[in-house]
Amino acid sequence: MRPITSGSRRLLQLAAIGATGMMLVACSGGGGGDDDAGASGGEGGGTITVWMDQNRADALADVIAAFEEESGTTVEVVIKEFGDIAGDFVTQAPSGEGPDVVLAPHDALGNLVSNGVVSPIELGDAAGDFQEIAIEAMSYEGSVYGVPVSIENLALVRNTALAPEAPATWDDLVSTGQAAVASGAAQYPLLVGLDPNNADPYHLYPLQASFGGPLFALNEDGTYDGSDLQIGNEGNLEFASALQEWGTSGVLNLSISQDIAKEQFAAGASPYTITGPWSLEQFDEAGIEYAVDPIPSAGSLPATPLVGVQGFMLSSYSENSIVATQFITDYIASEDAQTAIYEAGDRAPALTAAFEAMPADSPTTAFGEIGSDAVPMPNVPEMAAIWDQWGATEAQIIGGQGDPTQLWTDMSTAIQSTIDGS
Amino acid sequence: MAASAPARVRPRMLSGTLGLVAKIALLAIVDALAVFAILLLAGQGSWIVVAVVALVTVVVNVVYLLPGRFLPAKYLTPGLVLLGVFQVFVVLFSCYIAFTNYGFGHNSSKDDAISQLVEQNTSRVEDSPAYRVTVVEGAGGLGLLATSPDGDVSVGGPEQPLQELDEGQYDDEGGVAVAADGWTTLTTNEIVQRQSEIADLQVPFSDDLDEGFLVTADARNGYVFVSNLSYDEEADTLTNTDTGVVYVDGGDGAFVSPDGEELRPGWQVVVGLENFAYPFTSQSFGEALLSVTLWTFAFAALSVGLSFVLGLALAVTLNDPRLRGRNVYRVLAILPYAFPSFLSALVWLGLLNTEFGFVNQVLLGGASVPWLSDPIIAKISVLVVNVWLGFPYMFLVCTGALQSIPEEVTEAATVDGARGWAIFRLIKLPLLLVSIAPLLISSFAFNFNNFNIIYMLTRGGPRMGGVEQNVGHTDLLITLVYKVAFGGEGADYGLASALAIIIFVIVAVISAISFRQTRALEDLN
Repeated sequence: MRPITSGSRRLLQLAAIGATGMMLVACSGGGGGDDDAGASGGEGGGTITVWMDQNRADALADVIAAFEEESGTTVEVVIKEFGDIAGDFVTQAPSGEGPDVVLAPHDALGNLVSNGVVSPIELGDAAGDFQEIAIEAMSYEGSVYGVPVSIENLALVRNTALAPEAPATWDDLVSTGQAAVASGAAQYPLLVGLDPNNADPYHLYPLQASFGGPLFALNEDGTYDGSDLQIGNEGNLEFASALQEWGTSGVLNLSISQDIAKEQFAAGASPYTITGPWSLEQFDEAGIEYAVDPIPSAGSLPATPLVGVQGFMLSSYSENSIVATQFITDYIASEDAQTAIYEAGDRAPALTAAFEAMPADSPTTAFGEIGSDAVPMPNVPEMAAIWDQWGATEAQIIGGQGDPTQLWTDMSTAIQSTIDGS
Repeated sequence: MAASAPARVRPRMLSGTLGLVAKIALLAIVDALAVFAILLLAGQGSWIVVAVVALVTVVVNVVYLLPGRFLPAKYLTPGLVLLGVFQVFVVLFSCYIAFTNYGFGHNSSKDDAISQLVEQNTSRVEDSPAYRVTVVEGAGGLGLLATSPDGDVSVGGPEQPLQELDEGQYDDEGGVAVAADGWTTLTTNEIVQRQSEIADLQVPFSDDLDEGFLVTADARNGYVFVSNLSYDEEADTLTNTDTGVVYVDGGDGAFVSPDGEELRPGWQVVVGLENFAYPFTSQSFGEALLSVTLWTFAFAALSVGLSFVLGLALAVTLNDPRLRGRNVYRVLAILPYAFPSFLSALVWLGLLNTEFGFVNQVLLGGASVPWLSDPIIAKISVLVVNVWLGFPYMFLVCTGALQSIPEEVTEAATVDGARGWAIFRLIKLPLLLVSIAPLLISSFAFNFNNFNIIYMLTRGGPRMGGVEQNVGHTDLLITLVYKVAFGGEGADYGLASALAIIIFVIVAVISAISFRQTRALEDLN
């Protein structure tokens, strides 16, 4: 028995050493991992690595198969949580072991470009085939980075049993909501998912826009002028006061989280909720009847939501940029791909042909049309800090912790210094 | 390596042929893997890692093949190698990062940054036509055969500006020129093989280089681009050709203009002690860090103290033989410990919701206490939840320790006239502390870095006002480090590593002092 025992111990030890050796190889990074490009596959050969989420990967399976068939290139799809992709990409790309193509939200662009991990893509005349807002969103400092696939934005979802008519004005919405609560038909006049400490500037933005307009001044081409912060303007101060009123009257409630808002609306506890197309599945499952309307303006300007666009971007570290570009510009930009993603994800497609092919009566179409008149979420890298400060201040105002004008002015000053500081 | 090594083995040192064969086979596998790794690494030019792998391989071979002398090393080597890779390397690397500006906008090398800056500042010449292109190869290397929208065909390479071809000098297919005299067309396969080369290919549009370059990104379509940022290698400067502004390497890992404008991306450089000095240079962050540090100490000490007191009290009570159904109570007391702490934290998060939580709704009859959003109440809440999670552990170890104290000690004390409280305070507690004190110290160190509970309950919130970074009133140092490193998009790994080192020093110092104190307790014994 002894030799076997010592042998097997040694086996373990040596296996461990072997593993260490492999690890050193893995840790070293350095050059590209695709040195063997061309060794496999048909006519073209080579491999490109694409990071995307499960939903999109399933939707694109046919498109990817067609690309592999026609180009002879193998597409290696790495499934990741959508929210993790941009962050992981920034850290991994410089090692040379990152992906060639990633699916990321447009508001991560400032971060991705400032870290030098994405390359601009010249779409040529094809840029005109996309919804205007999608291209605006995918642009950063004059260049387009990637091909947009989906457009998502907020709208007002109305429980048609509790509120048969779309509200014409904000007061109309509040009074209908409050009447429903008074009559016992509903528990909440309106549901907006908020966080007790950070509120939710994204979900509250349409209301803010109806007082104070966009966060930054707009350039002529519809993009943001990052140097002209507008968050402290007079209209926004009015918004701050309105926030406190709504907090006091219970129209907004910091204890209603996103999950609670969805759940309660699906349970028929409120005539209205402000939410995006991602909630529709839950509402459908609950079997309630609903309609999608534009959010009525609470001030003097239209209550436009912020539009989020998701798109496929090219890594600046890609060693397969020719094939990767072909994949993005010829296949992802195709109507087949855009329609497949739309059908799988309930979000309006970015390609105009696919956008127009959506059935006129679907809620996703209604969301998409509301988004067409809106502005994209700003994609300057400072947004991360801005969201934080913005949300914390909104939570304080709604919670009645201080004078709204004072809190809002302080926040505006702090955000300005964040922008100046970096 | 593997082939020549066995000759030197003296079999008498081994406990049988089987062992020898197994040893040689396994060493051969390790060596083969090492050779494979070295070849791969050498191909990537990572010479330092090559040297490390080679050294480790040689050491392993020597240790296992030379008889006698290295017997202890045979047992230690694998552990040491793993220690080196998983501990020493990681710690040293973190220390190194703490002295760099690695983070947002500084995540790669200078060369990468320069090429990305030039690429980002390249734009298509306005209203220039979109060409259909074919990648061709001529005497001077790769070139582009371009067909304009009007059907004009021209060809050129990096050294020869585009030159229009006459009909007959090229073949076309569906209106696009696919081959030209004197040039070979690349096959799809060749295109794939030479992708980087093609992507870097720039064909001057005319003799005047200011008119731009024809570039293709997909080997099918070409556009004329101009770059308005050019790099001067000798002067190490970037010049904006539109505005004439010259950007120089400012020494902080970025190109800066004379009036202080920084170009992004920058690159990673060593910044010395800047990260360690940051809390002192940025007053608001320094103050926030101080308050977070104090709270971290308070949180760790109170968590350990309160859960120890509660656990001990329960242990003493449930240890009393006169109590009936002790086992039932014991099981109930241990329950919080049996749930995964992530789950418990989430359940508490729901219980403490201001409007819908069980605590406010049912226990307090519809009150609206902001359990997790008021700076002070939130601190109390996380402490309560953490004590709830931590006392079963204390209860368990105290019960064990109490039961190991012999009954005779108590009896002897009773005979000497001591009463219950005196017995506990003067006899049981000191005996208990001998075995429990090290656990209290490690528990303190654990709670000092108790990331889960804070992150699950409050994410560090509510946020402190007046601080640029996202720092909250319930943030521990460790959650602060996490937020600095990974929170949002302003990731700053350098600062986070520096803070992590500070945490390490604090925990190490406290542990060292406490263990010395414990030794004093042991002397009592």
